[in-house]
Amino acid sequence: MQIIYAVAALGGVGILFGALLAVAARFFAVESDPRVEAVREALPGANCGACGFAGCTKFAEAVVEGKAASNGCIPGGSGSAEAIAAVLGREAELSVPLVATVFCIGDCESSRDLFLYHGIKDCVHAQKYGGGFKACTDGCLGLGNCVRACPFEAIRMGPNALPLVDREKCGGCGLCAVSCPRNIIKILPKGDRGHLVLCSSHQRGKTVQNVCDVGCTACNACVKACPQEAITIEDNLAVIDLAKCNDCGDCVLKCRQGTIFPRARIGGVSGRTRAAAGARA
Amino acid sequence: MEKLLSIIFIYILVDNFVLQRFFGICPFLGVSRKMETAMGMSMAVVFVMALATLVTWLFYTHVLVPLRLEYLQIVAFILVIASLVQLVETVLRKISPTLYQGLGIFLPLITTNCAVLAVALLAVQNEFTLVEAVVFGIAASIGFSIALIIMAGIRERLELAKVPGALQGTAVTLITAGILSLAFMGFRGMLSL
Repeated sequence: MQIIYAVAALGGVGILFGALLAVAARFFAVESDPRVEAVREALPGANCGACGFAGCTKFAEAVVEGKAASNGCIPGGSGSAEAIAAVLGREAELSVPLVATVFCIGDCESSRDLFLYHGIKDCVHAQKYGGGFKACTDGCLGLGNCVRACPFEAIRMGPNALPLVDREKCGGCGLCAVSCPRNIIKILPKGDRGHLVLCSSHQRGKTVQNVCDVGCTACNACVKACPQEAITIEDNLAVIDLAKCNDCGDCVLKCRQGTIFPRARIGGVSGRTRAAAGARA
Repeated sequence: MEKLLSIIFIYILVDNFVLQRFFGICPFLGVSRKMETAMGMSMAVVFVMALATLVTWLFYTHVLVPLRLEYLQIVAFILVIASLVQLVETVLRKISPTLYQGLGIFLPLITTNCAVLAVALLAVQNEFTLVEAVVFGIAASIGFSIALIIMAGIRERLELAKVPGALQGTAVTLITAGILSLAFMGFRGMLSL
């Protein structure tokens, strides 16, 4: 008898609370736009913040309210933009996929250190100790802030302490570029076309030569060699205009430092191996 | 009044829920990695514990005692607390989205936490009055928060310290928790009800 009594009492209380919750859920229901959820589904969900909103859900809300363009999601690219446009019944805006590129190939073999650093494995910390342990003030410190910043796990540390970007995985959100205290990572339109000068140093040529075997010394050889006139020297650093570059490779042959690489080959090997391969090409 | 003050003092320091009674070790280790999450969790715990003691005390004295079902208190309290937190969450989302976002994920997380259940059970066991029970709930949750926040502060510094390889991660966290508990043992016997 006692057990039936107990079961009935608890069961009754349970049913009562259940009913109460059901009523409360009805009474206090928060109306949400079903389109927000649909737009949210079309996004990668990395919450990288490249769109300028606090996470994918906030971006989805902004898109539905018309405060953001359907192509605002950089990692999602045109796929997301089209899916969002389909949900909202709008025309998809064009979107350009972006990719992060590391503008330094001065690894531990080809560039010199000023002193031994045994501190916290963090680029920002290392940068604060006497302006960084590398002799080059613009070279990659190789402590992996960009690796930790990447929400897509697209960046890993290469064998020579230089970050390698997986161009398939990279969403182009730019969190790595922000995390780098030396601004070595730049965000470029995705693609294999064109050559790049993989150096960020704006120091004078002599200074660069003293600290790094593969840095741009702004010697002007590539500028003269380029038939397309796509290369200019800006503040002691050669810059290739991707719009003009036609991949002829003349600059690679002329570059004595081996700093210039075709974009198709970036991301496999690093440092001296790459310099050697570049010299052969 | 004197009893209320001693309840507050006892359950914040002397009989600290986490460091002396070892309730709620799971969130104590789980969310003490960052100060920010520790604060969020603390707020949610204070909120839920105060409410839970109030409601379970009322439920016990006005439902379980008259029906002579006191022996069902553990099951009944779990039921009450779970429904209560669910209800509070639904209501909060409607009337105060800011508070709802502030408490966030922590609110449903502590629904089935042993510290919350312990507060409800101990309030009844110690035969507190309603006011005493609520004060007890708040004091216990403040004690919990203090332990959690101290732990988060220590762990944030530990991140930057050189820890021997064998002790890294959970090991050093547990050692820290043990030493912290020893420190709180200094309050032992200062006051009792």
